[in-house]
Amino acid sequence: MDNKIENSDIYTLSLHHRFQWEEAQSSYVILFPEGMVKLHGGAGEVIKRLDGKATVGDVIADLKAAFPDAENIEKDIIGMFELALSKAWIRKA
Amino acid sequence: MTQASLGESVVQKTIHATQTQNNGVAASVTQTQPLWLLAEVTYRCPLHCAFCYNPTDYDKHTQNELTTEQWIQALRDARKLGAIQLGISGGEPLLRDDIEDIVVEARKLGYYSNLITSGVGLTEKRIQAFKEGGLDHIQLSMHDITEEINNFITNTKTFELKKKVAAMIKSHGYPMVLNVVIHRYNIGHMKEILEMADALGAEYIELANTQYYGWSLVNRSQLMPTKEQVEEAERITNEFREKSGSKMKIFFVVPDYFSDRPKKCMNGWGEVFMIVTANGDVLPCHSARVLPNMQFPNVKDTDLGWSWKDSPAFNKYRGDSWMKEPCRTCDEKEKDLGGCRCQTFLLTGDAEAADPVCSKSPHHHLIEQAILDSRNPTIAAQPIVFRNDKNSKRIIAGELKERVNEFHALP
Ligand code: SF4
Ligand code: SF4
Repeated sequence: MDNKIENSDIYTLSLHHRFQWEEAQSSYVILFPEGMVKLHGGAGEVIKRLDGKATVGDVIADLKAAFPDAENIEKDIIGMFELALSKAWIRKA
Repeated sequence: MTQASLGESVVQKTIHATQTQNNGVAASVTQTQPLWLLAEVTYRCPLHCAFCYNPTDYDKHTQNELTTEQWIQALRDARKLGAIQLGISGGEPLLRDDIEDIVVEARKLGYYSNLITSGVGLTEKRIQAFKEGGLDHIQLSMHDITEEINNFITNTKTFELKKKVAAMIKSHGYPMVLNVVIHRYNIGHMKEILEMADALGAEYIELANTQYYGWSLVNRSQLMPTKEQVEEAERITNEFREKSGSKMKIFFVVPDYFSDRPKKCMNGWGEVFMIVTANGDVLPCHSARVLPNMQFPNVKDTDLGWSWKDSPAFNKYRGDSWMKEPCRTCDEKEKDLGGCRCQTFLLTGDAEAADPVCSKSPHHHLIEQAILDSRNPTIAAQPIVFRNDKNSKRIIAGELKERVNEFHALP
């Protein structure tokens, strides 16, 4: 499988996965059959922006705008996409 | 947001414990919230599986089930405590006609909900209502590729029905999650079972080696495969994972009897799982009622938050301060928290001892003996006690003593 993340790619949550804010955990989670993943702040911010239309580039631009003080976040964002893809939480739209 | 918080990322929790059989889970994070609510909505069941983990005296609890309103209240209360995964199980949950209402409420509350079923009673009409109501997935139990063994081990003619139900689940856009309990009668068919699951389009399959609680403990000598068979089954599973090209996620739950360390039962007592039984008892694990001198709270008269946080029962085996030797000073104690309290008591009569599965346990010979017994032709030839109302009534009445006497409580 080709796991290279391109800026023009559009990703969306995998089938049967649900993403939601959990008050009791104070964090975003991804829920799926047999399990769940608790996302730390940054990862949640990435997944939240996957609306089936935004490209990876859009997500990066949006996060840069939302968090102007964070330096060099592009690499981290791509890393998050790679991780989410390798865990099959997201798929190509 | 800091750079670190974006890159660093995730706590992965793999929890697969709701399955028909499994008292063991793989997870690594200590929690004080009940992330998982398992609603054992009824003990009635049209199947009579030899390996059923339900209590052998379940017949006591078929007449005093919670009402729909009581279930809905329990769902709300558990959600407030942080529960997020909901397993609707039993018995056969579909024997209740209010599962549709429970599903709707679960969706409203934000649960990720799972119906754990034998498939009996699932109709087009009901599955459509579940879909519209927001049920997230359905976990179907399968038994074998052969009609003969399916019908034998469940003591019912349900083979064709299961295949139909699998197709129905698929056609409604549900992920297909299959659970296969592994025992002597199907362990030789591992490859064929995996191929069948793949052909049915399963996304997940759990191969759950029988663990011995309830009816499966009574039938232990009849069900237990050999160590060699388990190793071969695991080898075939790994080979299938690597070579078949199938995308199916396969969980192979190892049987603790053949390992020299116990499982971290339920990921720790009162850590992430909360079980509410058909009659409303609130338990940290399915079989906790076998333990002596314990008063478990009941949703009919007790606040769920108190039950989870403050009840003496939920606090009794939290953490490790209750331990005695060899666990107390063991450098591996955080890995398994001393194993399963219920298994330990059933087999040793001491709920605070080390799980006899552990090779450091002074009771480890009990496990070795059980393995020997299962290979003893005379013992293994005893008839299977199938899980049904008649046998449950007999066990409650004190019959079948020869099958339960060696245990320190009714399994
Ligand atoms: S008899 Fe079989 S189907 Fe019914 S609850 Fe027990 S294991 Fe599940
Ligand atoms: S002695 Fe107790 S804590 Fe140590 S490995 Fe065995 S069961 Fe676990």
